[in-house]
Amino acid sequence: MMMMMKKTSILDRLLLLATGILAAYQVAVGIEGLGTLAILCYTIAFGVLLIAGLLLIIFSLEILDNPLVVVVAAIIPLSLSLGLVVEYLPALGTVYQVFVTLGLLVIAVTRYVTPGTIATVVLAVVHGIAGLLIVGLPILLSLQGRAPAGFALVGVGGALIGLGGLLLAFLRAGKPMLSKETIYTILPGLLLLMTAAFVAGFALA
Amino acid sequence: MRAFQATHVKLRTYWVLTKPLQSGLLLTTGLAGFMSARCPVLNWQALLALTGSLFLAIGGSTVLNMVCDRDIDAKMKRTANRPLPLGRVEASNALLVGLALAWLGVGWAFALSPLYGTIVFAGLFFDVVVYTIWLKRRTPWSIVWGGISGGMPILAGRALGTGQIDWIGLSLALGVLLWIPTHIMTFNMRYYEDYRRAGIPTFPSAYGFQVTRVTIALSSLAAALAIAVAAIGIGMTWGYLRLLAVLSAGLLALAITSVVRPSERLNFGLFKYASVYMLSSMLLVVVEAI
Repeated sequence: MMMMMKKTSILDRLLLLATGILAAYQVAVGIEGLGTLAILCYTIAFGVLLIAGLLLIIFSLEILDNPLVVVVAAIIPLSLSLGLVVEYLPALGTVYQVFVTLGLLVIAVTRYVTPGTIATVVLAVVHGIAGLLIVGLPILLSLQGRAPAGFALVGVGGALIGLGGLLLAFLRAGKPMLSKETIYTILPGLLLLMTAAFVAGFALA
Repeated sequence: MRAFQATHVKLRTYWVLTKPLQSGLLLTTGLAGFMSARCPVLNWQALLALTGSLFLAIGGSTVLNMVCDRDIDAKMKRTANRPLPLGRVEASNALLVGLALAWLGVGWAFALSPLYGTIVFAGLFFDVVVYTIWLKRRTPWSIVWGGISGGMPILAGRALGTGQIDWIGLSLALGVLLWIPTHIMTFNMRYYEDYRRAGIPTFPSAYGFQVTRVTIALSSLAAALAIAVAAIGIGMTWGYLRLLAVLSAGLLALAITSVVRPSERLNFGLFKYASVYMLSSMLLVVVEAI
């Protein structure tokens, strides 16, 4: 049976545009006053998010079927988590920097050299660690009082990006949790909510 | 009522002749050039005069181009539905409208400042006479002159704001000039058959698709650098420079991917992204100034 592709609606485009604008705001204004490496990491994370939003508008959601998207999408959680580690766990900064660099390299290489189980496992491990840091670290710091309560919103954003990543990963693995149409319907809204949570969380930090 | 409807239809037809999206983008570059001067940008009289004079000059130039190109427009599928090839507007009427708009625009520009007026006139002259009438049907390198005329609005805006031609204005104009190949050549590839049928020499027809893609990538890189240099010269804050770098990285990534893994879809995506890039870069200059 031929699978019908969901068309990118006006609402989808508006949600993606809003995502791009929020990410642009974060790059230009939202990360001022941080350390150089943290700014670089957040610029990469929100910059990729901005470009992704624009490309999804231009090429439609079909672009998600491109294998390169997995590698590019991995840059967002990896650079965001590195920014958090550099800023809040500086003692682990160098070690985690090595992990992020190698992780991204291995994801890219396995995607093209040994696609299949190995590539999926590598992706799950690297993404998983980055995701846990983005969700856990801000919430933990907020609970400990080492950061304002609002900073926990970054963790909420992390949970949302994790949800989106899981939905897409299972879809690509051929074992979708929801239908492709449903995933592509909720994805623009999910991206906007995630970005809004990140921007609000950093603003309240 | 019928007379009102007829006037409305006629106005809409002439509006189409001014290519509102393309003219709007060029107008935005002119406004950005003016605001980059950090003059009192919220002076509504100056803004209105700049907007009005530039819009008239750009609109007039575009209408005149449409008149000159009506025979080749009729041969190309993409442009065959324009008002002139369809005969919805008489060429002589369009010529009069184009000349009137251009004359008003350039005249208003000279009244504002002789330097500003000279640059606006140069843009119009390069676009209509050098690019469209003289070179467009002779050589694919006509694009350089099209690019120079495209860079004139931002240079004119900057000159009106500062009262002189400075290196920042030239760098901004160079950025637009170098961006034009990305804008035009992606279109040349998408509508290759159209251009061939009309007998217009283009980069893809003269040098092949791959050379054109490499040219686009190099040109995009040079355009991003020129705009970045101008942005630093303007004194753009680090935050906005970061954003400009991100947008430039997107442009380069698409241009390079287009060389490595070319596809028709990617080519047209690059065309659209290039427009978004130019508009965003100009908006950054405007927002920064406000």
